[in-house]
Amino acid sequence: MSVTGPTGTVFNVQRASFHDGPGVRTTVFLKGCPLSCPWCHNPEGIAAAPEVMVNAARCLECGACAEACPREGGPLPAGARLGSDGCLACRACVGACPTGSREVAGRAWSVDDVLDTVLRDRLAYDTSGGGVTFSGGEPLAQAPFLLACLAACRSAGLHVAVDTCGFAPREVVMAVAARADLLLWDVKLLDAARHQAVVGVPLAPILANLAAASATGVPIWLRVPVIPGLNDDDENLRATARLAAATAGVRRVNLLPYHRTGSGKVGRLARTWAMDAAVAPTPERMCELAELFGQSGVETSIGG
Amino acid sequence: MNERTARLRQASLEAVPTISSERAELLTEFYRDNLGRCSTPVLRARAFLHLCRHKSIWIGDGELIVGERGPRPKAVPTYPELTCHSLDDLKILDSRPLTSYRVAPECLAAYERTVIPTWSGRSLRDRMMALLPEEWHAAYGAGVFTEFMEQRAPGHTVLDDKIYGKGMLDFKADIARAAAALDFERDPAALDRREELEAMAVACDALVVFAERHAELAGRMAAETADEARRVELLRIAEVCRRVPAEAPRDLHEALQHYWFCHLAVITELNGWDSFCPGHLDQHLWPFYRRGLADGSLTGASARELLECFFVKFNNHPAPPKVGVTAAESGTYTDFANINLGGLLPDGSDGSNELTHLLLDIVDEMHLLQPSSNLQVSRKTPDLVLEHALKVVRNGYGFPSLFNADAVVEEQLRQGKTLEDARAGGCSGCVEVGAFGKEAYILTGYFNLVKVLELALHDGVDPRTGTRLGPATGDPAGFTRFDDVFRAFEAQLRHLVDVKIRGNQLIERLYATEMPAPFLSVLTDDCVARGQDYNAGGARYNNTFIQAVGIGTITDSLAAVKKLVFEERAMPLAQLVAVLDADFEGQAPLRARLVNRMPKYGNDDDAADDLMVRVFRTTFAAIDGRPNTKGGAYRLEMLPTTCHVYFGSVCGASPDGRHAGVPLSEGISPVQGTDRRGPTAVFRSAAKMDHIKTGGTLLNMKFAPSLLAGDDGVRRLAHLVRTYFKADGHHVQFNVVTAETLREAQVDPEAHRGLIVRVAGYSDYFCDLSTALQEEIIARTEHGDF
Repeated sequence: MSVTGPTGTVFNVQRASFHDGPGVRTTVFLKGCPLSCPWCHNPEGIAAAPEVMVNAARCLECGACAEACPREGGPLPAGARLGSDGCLACRACVGACPTGSREVAGRAWSVDDVLDTVLRDRLAYDTSGGGVTFSGGEPLAQAPFLLACLAACRSAGLHVAVDTCGFAPREVVMAVAARADLLLWDVKLLDAARHQAVVGVPLAPILANLAAASATGVPIWLRVPVIPGLNDDDENLRATARLAAATAGVRRVNLLPYHRTGSGKVGRLARTWAMDAAVAPTPERMCELAELFGQSGVETSIGG
Repeated sequence: MNERTARLRQASLEAVPTISSERAELLTEFYRDNLGRCSTPVLRARAFLHLCRHKSIWIGDGELIVGERGPRPKAVPTYPELTCHSLDDLKILDSRPLTSYRVAPECLAAYERTVIPTWSGRSLRDRMMALLPEEWHAAYGAGVFTEFMEQRAPGHTVLDDKIYGKGMLDFKADIARAAAALDFERDPAALDRREELEAMAVACDALVVFAERHAELAGRMAAETADEARRVELLRIAEVCRRVPAEAPRDLHEALQHYWFCHLAVITELNGWDSFCPGHLDQHLWPFYRRGLADGSLTGASARELLECFFVKFNNHPAPPKVGVTAAESGTYTDFANINLGGLLPDGSDGSNELTHLLLDIVDEMHLLQPSSNLQVSRKTPDLVLEHALKVVRNGYGFPSLFNADAVVEEQLRQGKTLEDARAGGCSGCVEVGAFGKEAYILTGYFNLVKVLELALHDGVDPRTGTRLGPATGDPAGFTRFDDVFRAFEAQLRHLVDVKIRGNQLIERLYATEMPAPFLSVLTDDCVARGQDYNAGGARYNNTFIQAVGIGTITDSLAAVKKLVFEERAMPLAQLVAVLDADFEGQAPLRARLVNRMPKYGNDDDAADDLMVRVFRTTFAAIDGRPNTKGGAYRLEMLPTTCHVYFGSVCGASPDGRHAGVPLSEGISPVQGTDRRGPTAVFRSAAKMDHIKTGGTLLNMKFAPSLLAGDDGVRRLAHLVRTYFKADGHHVQFNVVTAETLREAQVDPEAHRGLIVRVAGYSDYFCDLSTALQEEIIARTEHGDF
C-alpha cells in the first residue's frame, strides 16, 4: 500500500457498526488516549504504542510463537509494548500462532488503507444514511492522521463522525469540528475534582472545548456512559442533562449503560479489571434516566 | 386467529402423519384393468379420473376450505407407479424416531398383497435405475450428486393468475380449439398432440367430478347436522364446490377453493417434487378481496378467517416420504409450498397491497411449518412492507425469506423470457426462480463441489472407497503451481457434470414418454396450445437446474491450499493431502492454523473471494446453456436445502480445517463461524458472485434478537437487506438466534464464531465475550427483554 501522507496507529476497524452515529457505519479505532477510565471497553486503545495481547483460552501451547521469535528469551508476554525489551517488532510470533490467540493491538495504517477499507461499505452507507466514525482510544490524539482521514473521507463523499472525549488542544478540536459531519462527545463526570480523580485529566478544558465546538455549528451527540457507583448519581446526571440542554450544538444524548466487554480484553493485556464490583444498570434505571434527560428537552436514546 | 381457525390449526398440528395405501390400491386396480387400452397420456388422465371418482372424500369439522390429497389430514398417499415402497421402507417410516409416518397393518397388508407384486421391478424408478449407466451409479453412490427425479416426478412448479379467470370448462374449450386446429396432414406429431389434448380434457373432467363429490358430501352433512350455523356453512361449501373448479371463481371463498382443488389435483396426479405453489397470492386474490369488501360480502375478519382456513390446508399435507429410506435419515415433512408476497406486477409497478400486510399478519400469527412464505422486495417495494416482513422475521420462525424481485426479473431475462413473464414469475421451493404458470423449471439434484475437489486431490479416485469416479488428473505430488490444482478440479468437475447431465437426459425422456402430467399441463402455458405435455417440453420455458453445494467450504479449502502450500510453502501438497486422509490426526496446530489463519470467504477478503468467483464461473461454464431434452437449457443454482449435511458426510477432511464427515457450508453462506467482519462483509463477499447468472442463491444469516430490537433494529435490518439487493444479491433469510443457540455457542465456540450479539449500545461476537457476560446475554435473550 502506498503511503502518501501521515500514518496512524489503528487497533480495530468495525464494519457494520450500528451504534456510533446514524445508519450503517464503519468505525475506525485509533490507538492512544489521554484518559484512563477504569470502565473503558477498549482497554487496548489506551496506550499509544502497539501492545501484545494473548487470549490464553485459545492458546494451544504449541510453541510456534517461540520457534518463530528471533528475540532471545522468546516472544514478549501479554501486555508488553511491541518493540520493548529487545523485541524486534517483527510480529513473527503473531503470524506463527495457529489459533490467533496472540495478537498485537495496533498497526500502522495509511490514509489510503483507511479509505480502501471504509469505501467497501459505501453502498450500505448510501442506503442507510451511514458513514464512517473515528473512535478510539482518543482519535484527536493522532491529530495529523485523523485530519487527513477526515479530509479523504469527505472528498470521497462519506458522512464522517468523530467520537471524542474532548481532551485535546483547542486548535485540534476546532480543526476536527470544521471537517466532521458529527461529533460524538463523551461526558463522564461534571464534578471537576471527581473527574480528575477518576479519569485522570482536568474537566475544564473539555467543557471549554465543547462550548467552542458547539459554536461552530457542528451537530453534537453527547454520549454519557452510565457507570454504577461512579457517575450514575442523580446529581451528576442532572448536571449532565443541564449541560446538554445548555449547549446549542447538542442534538441528542446517548445514554450508554455500563457493560463488561472490556473485562475480557483487560485479561488479554495481563491487567486486572478494576470494575469487578460494578453491575450493569437495570433497564428500569436506564428508562428513568432517559426520562430525566428527556425532560431537559434534548432527544435521548439508550444505547448508541 | 379466531376460535375456528385456532381449532383447525391445532387439529392440523396434532394430526399424526400416516401412510395411506388408498391411492396405490386404486391405481393398481386401474392399471390392471386398463393398461394397453389407450395411449399413455390418456391412460394417465383416466387413472387420475379413477382416483377422483373413488378416493375417500374428507370434510373436516369447522372447515371452510375443503379437500385432502389423502383420505384425511396428513394421510399421505403413495405413488407406486413412480417409486414403490418396500415393506421394510414402510416399517422404517413407521418406527423411526424423526419424521415418522404411521403405517397401519391394513396398509402393510395391501402393499404385500397387491401393490408390491404389481409394481416391484415395474415402477419408473426401477426402470430408471436399470437404464442409468454405471458411471452415473458410481458418482451417485459416492455422493457426488443427488437426483430428485429418482424419487419424485418433475415438480417444483407454481401457478400464475390464470385460474382466477377460468374454470375447467373454459380450459376444455381452449383444449377443444387446439384440437380442432391440429394439422394431421402436415404435422407428423399431430396424432401425439391429439392424445395429449384428449388427456388434458379428461383431467379437467376429473377435477370437476372430484369437486362435485365434495359438494354432495357437504350437502349430506348439512342435512345431517343439528348445528344450524354449520348447516349454513356446509350448504355454502356445497355451492362453492359446484361452482369451482368447473367455472371461474366469483369471490374470495371460491377463489381459494378453486386454487385448492387445482393444488390437490397436481399433487394427486403425480408426486411432483416440492409440492405446488399458488404464486403471488396477494396479487391474485386482491381483486376478490377488494370487491368483497366493497360490496359488503366480505369483512376484514371473514377474509382473514378464509385465508387462515386455507393456510391450514397446506399444513395438512406433509411431503410424501422417499423409498429406500434409512432409519437414521431424518427427512422433513416440509413439502416446500412457498407463498410469494409483494414483488412486481407484470407492468412493472409495485405488486404489494393491503393483502400483503394481512398475509404477513397471518404468517406471523399461525407460524405453521407449511406453507412457507417469502417477500419479493423490489426497488419499488415500500419500506413499510419490508419492515412489516422483518418484524415477522424478528419473531424467530424463519419466515418470511426475502428475495430481490429486481434480480429475479433480470435472472429470467438472461434466460430469454419476456419481461412480463419474468415479472409475473418469482420464487418457489427454497429460492428457485421461475416464470409462474409458464415454465417447467426442473430441479435435478445437488452437486457436491467439495467432493469434486477431493477427487482432484486424489487423481480422480474416491479416497473413501478406492473407486475411480473421475479422470486421472495427476498425482498432487506433481502439482507445482496452484493453477495445477485448479485445473485438476475443473477437469473433474466437467467430467462429473457430464455424467450428471447424461443421466438427466435419460430421466427427462423417461418422464416425457412414460409419465405425462395432463392436469399440470392444463395449468401451464403453452402445453394446451402446443398439444404437448409439461414433462415433454410443452411449457413455454423449460429450464433444468443443477444445485451446486459447498461454495464456502471449497473456497476456503482452495484458499488454504494456495496460501499454505504455494505461497508460504509450509508443506508440500502431497503431505497436506496425507494429513487430510488421516483426518488431521496428531496435527492439531496445523488444523488450527487452517481454521484460523487462512483467508476465509465471507469476510470481504479478495484472497478468498476471488477463488469463490473462480469456482462459481467454472461451475457456471460447465453447466449453463447446455441443452436439455425439452428445448430448454441446464442452469446453475447455489442452494443446499439440507444436502450440505449429507454431502459433508461423504467427504473426508478438507483443507479449510473441516474434519471428515462434518457438514459442508450451506447455500452461499460462509463456512459456519468463519465470517468475522460483520454482515456487510458477508454481503460483499456473497455479491461478488454474479447472482444474475443463477436460478437462485441462498444466504442464511444469524442475528441475536437484541440487534433487531425496536423500530431502529427493524430499520437497520431493512437497510442491510436493501444494501445486499442493490448489489444484486438474490435472497437472504435471517435466523434470529435463541438462547438455546447461545448455549450451543458456549459449548462449541468454533462453530459459532460469527455470531454477533448486541451487548448494550455495542455489538460483539458472542464467543469473544466473557462467560459472565455471555450468561447475562443469555438471560436477557431468554426473557426477550430488549
